[in-house]
Amino acid sequence: MGLFVLRRLGVMLLTAIALTFVVFYLTNLPPNLEKLARTEGSVRMTDEAVQDWIVKNGHSGSIFLRYGQWLGVVPGWTYTDEKGQSRGRCFQIGQDPALAPRYCGLLQGNWGYSTFFKAPVAGSLGAKLAATGWLMLAVMLVMVPTSLLLGVLSGMREGSVTDRTLSTFSIATTATPEYVSGVILVALFATASTGISPLLASYGLIEPNKTLFLASATSAMDKITFWNFTLPVMTIALYGIGYIARMTRASMTEVMTQQYIRTARLKGVPFRSVVMKHALRNALIAPFTVIMLQFPWLLNGVVIVESLFNYKGFGWTLVQAASNNDIPLLLACSVVAVIVVLMTQLISDIGYVFLNPRIRLA
Amino acid sequence: MTASAAETAWDPSQPILEIEHLSISFFTRLREIPAVMDFSCTVMPGEAMGLVGESGCGKSTVALAVMRELGKTGRIVSGSMKFKGRDLATMDDEELRHIRGSEIAMIYQEPMASLNPAMKIGAQLAEVPMLHSGMAKDEAWKLARQIVADVRLPDPDRIINAYPHQLSGGQQQRIVIAMALMAKPALLILDEPTTALDVTVEAGIVDLVKELGKKYGTSMLFISHNLGLVMDVCDRICVMYSGEAVETGNVTEVFDRMRHPYTQALFRSIPLPGADKNARPLISIPGNFPLPHERPKGCNFGPRCDYFEKGRCDETDVPMSRVPGDDRHESRCLRWQEIDWDAPPAKRAVKEKAKIGEVVLKMEDLRKYYSVSTGAFGGGARKVVKANETLSFEAREGETLAIVGESGCGKSTFAKVLMGLETATSGSIMLFDENVQSTPIQKRNTDTVSQVQMVFQNPFDTLNPSMTVGRQIIRALEIFNYGKSDAERHQRMLELLDLVKLPRAFADRMPRQLSGGQKQRVGIARAFAGGAKVVVADEPVSALDVSVQAAVTDLLMDIQRENKTTLLFISHDLSIVRYLSDRVMVMYLGHVVEMGTTDQVFAPPYHPYTEALLSAVPIADTKVTRKRIVLEGDIPSAMNPPPGCPFQTRCRWKSQVTPAGLCDREVPPVRVLEGGHHIKCHLSPEVLATMEPVIKIAAE
Amino acid sequence: MDQLTWTGTAGTVLLPLLQVALLALALALAARLVFVLAGLDAPRLPGPDGTAAAARSPGELASLAVRYSFFAALGAIICMLAAGAVMPSPVEAGILGAMAVRFWPAWAALAATFVLSIRYRRKLGLYGKLFDSTVGMIGFAIVMFWVFTAIFADVIATHDAFAQMSGLKNKPPGSAAPDTAYGWYLLGGDHLARDVFSRMVMGAREVLKIAPAATLFAFMVGITLGLPAGYFGGRLDTVISFLANLVLAFPVILLFYLLVTPEIRNTGIPIVLAAFLFIFPIIFLIVLFNSRYHTNPPKRNLYVGLVLLIGLWAYSGLAFNRDPLGIWSMQPNMLNVFVSVVFVNSPGVFRIVRGLVMDIKARDYVAAGQTRGEGPWYIMLWEILPNARGPLIVDFCLRIGYTTILLGTLGFFGLGVSPDSPDWGSTIDDGRKLLNLFPHPAVTPALALMSLVLGLNLLADGLREESLRD
Repeated sequence: MGLFVLRRLGVMLLTAIALTFVVFYLTNLPPNLEKLARTEGSVRMTDEAVQDWIVKNGHSGSIFLRYGQWLGVVPGWTYTDEKGQSRGRCFQIGQDPALAPRYCGLLQGNWGYSTFFKAPVAGSLGAKLAATGWLMLAVMLVMVPTSLLLGVLSGMREGSVTDRTLSTFSIATTATPEYVSGVILVALFATASTGISPLLASYGLIEPNKTLFLASATSAMDKITFWNFTLPVMTIALYGIGYIARMTRASMTEVMTQQYIRTARLKGVPFRSVVMKHALRNALIAPFTVIMLQFPWLLNGVVIVESLFNYKGFGWTLVQAASNNDIPLLLACSVVAVIVVLMTQLISDIGYVFLNPRIRLA
Repeated sequence: MTASAAETAWDPSQPILEIEHLSISFFTRLREIPAVMDFSCTVMPGEAMGLVGESGCGKSTVALAVMRELGKTGRIVSGSMKFKGRDLATMDDEELRHIRGSEIAMIYQEPMASLNPAMKIGAQLAEVPMLHSGMAKDEAWKLARQIVADVRLPDPDRIINAYPHQLSGGQQQRIVIAMALMAKPALLILDEPTTALDVTVEAGIVDLVKELGKKYGTSMLFISHNLGLVMDVCDRICVMYSGEAVETGNVTEVFDRMRHPYTQALFRSIPLPGADKNARPLISIPGNFPLPHERPKGCNFGPRCDYFEKGRCDETDVPMSRVPGDDRHESRCLRWQEIDWDAPPAKRAVKEKAKIGEVVLKMEDLRKYYSVSTGAFGGGARKVVKANETLSFEAREGETLAIVGESGCGKSTFAKVLMGLETATSGSIMLFDENVQSTPIQKRNTDTVSQVQMVFQNPFDTLNPSMTVGRQIIRALEIFNYGKSDAERHQRMLELLDLVKLPRAFADRMPRQLSGGQKQRVGIARAFAGGAKVVVADEPVSALDVSVQAAVTDLLMDIQRENKTTLLFISHDLSIVRYLSDRVMVMYLGHVVEMGTTDQVFAPPYHPYTEALLSAVPIADTKVTRKRIVLEGDIPSAMNPPPGCPFQTRCRWKSQVTPAGLCDREVPPVRVLEGGHHIKCHLSPEVLATMEPVIKIAAE
Repeated sequence: MDQLTWTGTAGTVLLPLLQVALLALALALAARLVFVLAGLDAPRLPGPDGTAAAARSPGELASLAVRYSFFAALGAIICMLAAGAVMPSPVEAGILGAMAVRFWPAWAALAATFVLSIRYRRKLGLYGKLFDSTVGMIGFAIVMFWVFTAIFADVIATHDAFAQMSGLKNKPPGSAAPDTAYGWYLLGGDHLARDVFSRMVMGAREVLKIAPAATLFAFMVGITLGLPAGYFGGRLDTVISFLANLVLAFPVILLFYLLVTPEIRNTGIPIVLAAFLFIFPIIFLIVLFNSRYHTNPPKRNLYVGLVLLIGLWAYSGLAFNRDPLGIWSMQPNMLNVFVSVVFVNSPGVFRIVRGLVMDIKARDYVAAGQTRGEGPWYIMLWEILPNARGPLIVDFCLRIGYTTILLGTLGFFGLGVSPDSPDWGSTIDDGRKLLNLFPHPAVTPALALMSLVLGLNLLADGLREESLRD
């Protein structure tokens, strides 16, 4: 077991390095750097001036060395111009280079300076992550119990009316990506002109020209309420619900046809106990891994929903970083994303081992 | 146990189970498929009833119907099933639930699949009394422990806290039996309980079932395709064919005085001691088992029956009729009184013994070791599995060499090495004076490849499901460079279909349109496409029904005789081995423990393992008496073989070896007895000479 | 001219009916769920004569109610569409009716497909069996509806998808467009006063141009890599699997933001990727024919030669835009999108293929192939792959849906598509800015996209059910 975790961690580390390198490479492509030079310097820079800026700001040289600097395993770059003024990765202009640390990358806790927020990346990203954390938590709380319940209910009697109804619902939600369900939910619940809000207003249940739910979650940054948080959470959760419910159903139907379920039935075990005692644990092994492996896709949903509902969390930051060519911020976002994904994979592996006695004790 | 009013009213001299005119159908979208028609049988208290028949005859459906477990599509169309006087067919769910597990219990074919992988053994056992008699948890676990000890499992305390996957197949089946006995049921249904197990393990389970049946006075409904096993276990027998009971009666009565042509044909098609491939070949039942919706009018067996009379047998449904003599002997045949049952079979063609020629295959000191990693995720230590250990033998042209052994004995590995799918670790394989031991199949030339071919075990797996039969044979011809044009190869393909006695129209069929036996024939045709000189047949008939087995075996023999092929026949079934092989090689955990001509191996002196194996194989002949030798425990894992002699953990002769403890330390040397009979055992020749024959045939 | 109503004249009767039916459906569904949770829906066992026991359980009553109210609602909608279709002008037909009329080429093609398919379904293998499954048929109908819509988009669309009509900015559905040939904006105008209906119809073409082709390429890549990885195992498998997991661990959006940008086009990375990904179909086909016909060199040379000729011709055009005849070509931004989608999809296909191969390679017919000396590629492509087709076809359908979603995501973030493209993703993105006030420009493409993906999922479900039935 210990060895297994160690091996997994090794592979994870390798994956993380490979992925961050790819991101580093793609964000530091020459056109991106040129664009950065023009935004930082001036739009009317000549091509030579751009190249000069790139060299002066440590963006030239081998991509591997630059990646090493960013990571903090290679000494930070320094540049001394003709006037004798030094600048470098690890110190501000005017500071004494000798006093500055030699390494200042990710490993030293230096995440860089965001050109978009005009602030250090680490601090600004932290607040955004917390916001997204709440969103994810709410999504998980809604999504996991609902989807497992739906899956088990439809899987325990394959082909029944319940199964057909719930399966149709699950298929419909998996066919509805977040940007579609978000739009539809807003149109239904959060516009003053269509959906149920005008109806409710006409009954006098809500104030006229107000909507049932809010179409923007910006206010949830300060205070989360049922009215501003429901739509974003439901939008993300809906897609996942369908997917996980289908997995659970498949797993459940398979388990229900197993011989040991027949054994239990022929032992005289009542149907309810057959499901609860005999089928459930075996049926939940597969969905558990699925839930964990859903995280990359959940991140997707977060990005879409945060843009759609204007909720300034991690996803929103990622979009801003990418569209504003904010290289350090984008890199930081990628690191976070990669770590989240890899951690969930690890949890999924370990959880699988714990849920499945066949592996644990083998 | 629930003591309902109906139960107390039941008179113990009445039948436990009385099935009358039961008909069961499955309903699909297209049609109603009758699975069982007009089935009647009676089981008295303490009696063991055997249900015998080929696959698809409806015997398992009867068992499931008794449990009222026919799924969504199955339905009891008519008839009644009285259990202790109450009709099971009309019971509601709640009543049924009380009977299931407490009054009627069931044991199934696949022990691993019948146990919940995520629940401890103890919990699964204790559940039964907790449900049915409201026993407290501690008490139920105590009872579970006691019953586990009753089914003779070692270390019951450890076992009740284990998960199913931690036990071996034989142990799992004992647990399933224990589970069935937890509530001391009045009726036990066993559905092929030993089919998935090795023969020597099966023998132990059969003994256990018989003993427990006596101890608890349980009635049994024993379902099997194996006539020998039924004779061992049951008092009465009911032979089924295509959804109907065709003959029922006392076991000895039916075995000795059968009064239905199907029963007779069945017995003539199984290899009993005394059958011989040349002098007294088996007689297969012609034709095929009818599909449920294609059953003929009148007698279902009519089209395949030797005594068929047109205009009579195919007119009306045939009822069961009483056969005088034994009580309750019945036959579903219109002509049973007219047939001369003692007449010898008419068309038994005596075949000429094939000549045995030069040595074509010679193996010397072959070893095959695998290195595998233990532990679930590729971590852990690496271990060497010795799949084959110092294998030496030779096979001659036209000879049949049988390789016998149970699971894990290394017989399949040996086949792979010979075929070139794996390369040997050391030793040599000489094939027509060419050393091929380290030549993988990709490097062998086409001639060598086409001369060594294989027939596979599983008929459902042997053909590519998405290619026509003809196409698959032609592909073999192409790859063996046969013929110059497509037309020539097509012609040859048709000839090969003739050779295996399949209609030429089959060339355009897909494999799923063929029955198991037909697929196996195509597999044989494919193997002989390149004029194979050495054919390895890996249990070619073990997955087929008995009546088809004989036909496929005979076909194989005929082609062998014609082509002077060397046949390496891998099997675990000693009856068929005795029937068709010239020489036999017995393997156990990678070692050849005994080798000699068929007569030498089947007569004393035996290797102790061969002796146990012979004793374990049930024989469906009332005239044969067997010495019972039941081996303790299971076959050790090839990953973790015992030190010294591989068989020492289960050997009953171990105490007779001097010096004591030799078997634990050293692998025995090969002892060559007279006539080139090899035995790998420490026993002295004097002790070996004292061995008695296991099988005795009473004088006729 | 006046504003069109949704349902025209027929609606005055049918609309209230529909409302009642929908309300009943919602109530019945809720009741049913409650009863199931309460365990009141235990199925009764049929008696010996096959009849049901006397009383129905509450759960069953609820499920009956679900069924009837569902059919009532469905009937009302169909009546509306049908009634609209027979009305002479959009005014009486209403918006729904008028749309039903506009879609006539799609209806006709759909009807022809179904009549022919059902007629000959016993001869059509798995495709024919699809028509035994209700779910599969519904899915197939939806998918084919969109396919035919894409094909006949020019006939169906009422306006030029790019034309702006002054005064119709953000106008609600059914607004009159006096200066146009058709005269109405059936689904209203968007923020640039373009016809939402026509853009939705043309959008179908945009989506269906890319999604199936990209999925097909992803399958070629996944199959060509998955077969050897699963068959040989060992180091090769470790390396490819690691790379595949690498791509799978990337959040898709991040990857898109990195891969689909105008800047990256200048670096030539999409072309390199295209050169890498587009070579796989050629390799696949060459190996396919070579392994099969290597015993018959003339035939082999013919097939391999043909593949090389056509393959390299298309390859030069698609990947490098250097087709000497100028027939094969792809716009740079289209290529960028296409390549990224293929890249994101391939590892998933790889994983499925690898798993299937590992399962099937233990079969005896594979061993039979090996013992007669077949090469590994023959076994992979001709013995294993055809027997993995069931799950692969199912996954193919699901994956087209997934690709459609991915394309929508790209459009939603404005990546890689031209700003006024009518594809559904970017239309949703355009519409969402004023979603609070004018939902119709965003909801229309959203529903279209949802129905297409739903159709594909249902189709996959039906196929899975039917292929398992063998």
